[in-house]
Formats: sequence, C-alpha cells, structure tokens
Amino acid sequence: MSAIQPKIGEPVSDELALVQAAKKGDVSAFEELVKRYDRNVFRIAQHITQNREDAEDVVQDAFLKAYSNLEQFQGQSKFYTWLVRIAVNEALMKLRRRRPERTVSLDEDVKTEEDSVPREIADWSPNPEQLYKQAELKDILTRTIQGLPPSFRTVFVLRDVEGLSTEETAEALGLSIPAVKSRLLRARLQLRERLSRYFKKRESGDGQK
Amino acid sequence: MKCSEFLQELTNYLDGALDDRTKSELEDHLAWCHNCYVVCDTTKKTIEIYRDSELYELPDDLRTRLRSAIMSKCQQRKKTQESL
Repeated sequence: MSAIQPKIGEPVSDELALVQAAKKGDVSAFEELVKRYDRNVFRIAQHITQNREDAEDVVQDAFLKAYSNLEQFQGQSKFYTWLVRIAVNEALMKLRRRRPERTVSLDEDVKTEEDSVPREIADWSPNPEQLYKQAELKDILTRTIQGLPPSFRTVFVLRDVEGLSTEETAEALGLSIPAVKSRLLRARLQLRERLSRYFKKRESGDGQK
Repeated sequence: MKCSEFLQELTNYLDGALDDRTKSELEDHLAWCHNCYVVCDTTKKTIEIYRDSELYELPDDLRTRLRSAIMSKCQQRKKTQESL
C-alpha cells in the first residue's frame, strides 16, 4: 500500500514580496493574499466552529488581524501558516463563546471511549463515495467529523484536508510534533471507525445499496 | 510486529515518514494480518474522501462580499494610520 500523495500547493515564491508590499501600504498586494487564502480560512473556520455565520466572522477578523499585525510577521514561517494560526485562534474563541459550558482547548488530550482500538474491521466497498448521492455524502462526512473533539478535528483538517505538514500544523496550533501526531492518529482512526458504518461492503457482496 | 505496534506507526506509514527498515517490517505485517490491512486501507480511504470532498466551499457571492468587507476595513485602517 502506498503513502498518501500530498496535495500540491500553489507556488508561494512571490508571497514574501506581496507581504513586503502590503507592509509598505500596498493594499492591493494584501488583497492578493486574501484571494489566495480566503477559501482555506473559511473551510478551516467552518470545520472548527461548525457554524456558517461564525466562519464568516472568522474570515473577516483573521484577515483584518493579519493586516493590522503584518509588522510582526517576520517571514520565518510561511505567511499561510501564520495566517492559519490567527484564524484557528479566532475560530476557537467563537466556539468558546458559543459553548461556555465546555472548555475548548487545543491542549486537551481527550480520552474518548472509542479511542484508538479499531472495532469495526470490515472491507469497504471499492468506491465508497459512489454509494451515496453527492449531497448525502457531504452530509455524512460533515456529521461524522463534527462528532470529533475540536482538538482532533482541527489537527485533521489542517493536516489532511488543507495539506499542511506535521511541522506546519504544530507551528500553527502551538503544539509539539508528538502531540500533533498523536491527535492525528486518533482523529483518523475515529473517523475511519465512524465512516465504516456507511461504507462497509454490504452483505450481498456487490457493494451496492 | 504486533498489531498494536502497527497501529502506533500507521500515521507515519501513511504519511511516508518511516525509515526503510520500519516500513518493510510494517509491510511484512500487512502481508499476513488481514485486519491491519483493512484498517490501513480504510484509514487511507477516509483521508482521501475528506481531502477530495469539497466540504465547506466558499460560494462566489459570499466570497466577493467578504473580500470587499475585509478590504474596506483595511483601507480604513490604512487611512487611520496615515493620519496619525
């Protein structure tokens, strides 16, 4: 079995030049950065907050905060990693506001009942995504990932959906690399376990609904 | 290699982040342990399905609206800074 192919990102060679120009007051250079990353920030925000309005606010607040604090960006990391860190913090703040009764922290090392031991061990249909209509599939995927603790789904989204490296994810979340790896493993296994209910081969063996 | 050891290395394996020796030990285990093979294969599919799912795409009209709100606030901030 081969490793997962990483997502190929857009070239970022001109990114530093755009940041420098924006620092000097060129607002259109900053707009270019917004265009480049607004979709990613929206996706991350929506995954964390699970709320469309909150995600819209996070996109605005994160970019505005980045613009206001551009001077603090030293270029040691990618601009995108720095932006993601701001966006994740904004999104977590929204989540805490909505759920004051529950502590929401990336540091929590959540123990869940269905931790890392796989229980559902059944082959999946050859093309599981074709078992459902597009909208149905999206609904299944959304509900499934929403069931993960915030600290797990944040790591999963950054690593596996957005394609950040383990090091970038650790930097963006202020976590150690072992902490990222441990959360990622458990997030992946829990999602797998839950999706198996929908995607495992049917009794008839033809994989069709 | 035991199944529990395999599981601990699963993420590194799927990310292609293992040295050759550990990778080959893992693949030996996969060759005879059907359960671990299934867990590995379905975990890989889980990741690929999410990665390709296009969940939470930003609709064009909302995108335009958000960008124009962001840029107008940036312009305001710039003016405030210039006037200081």
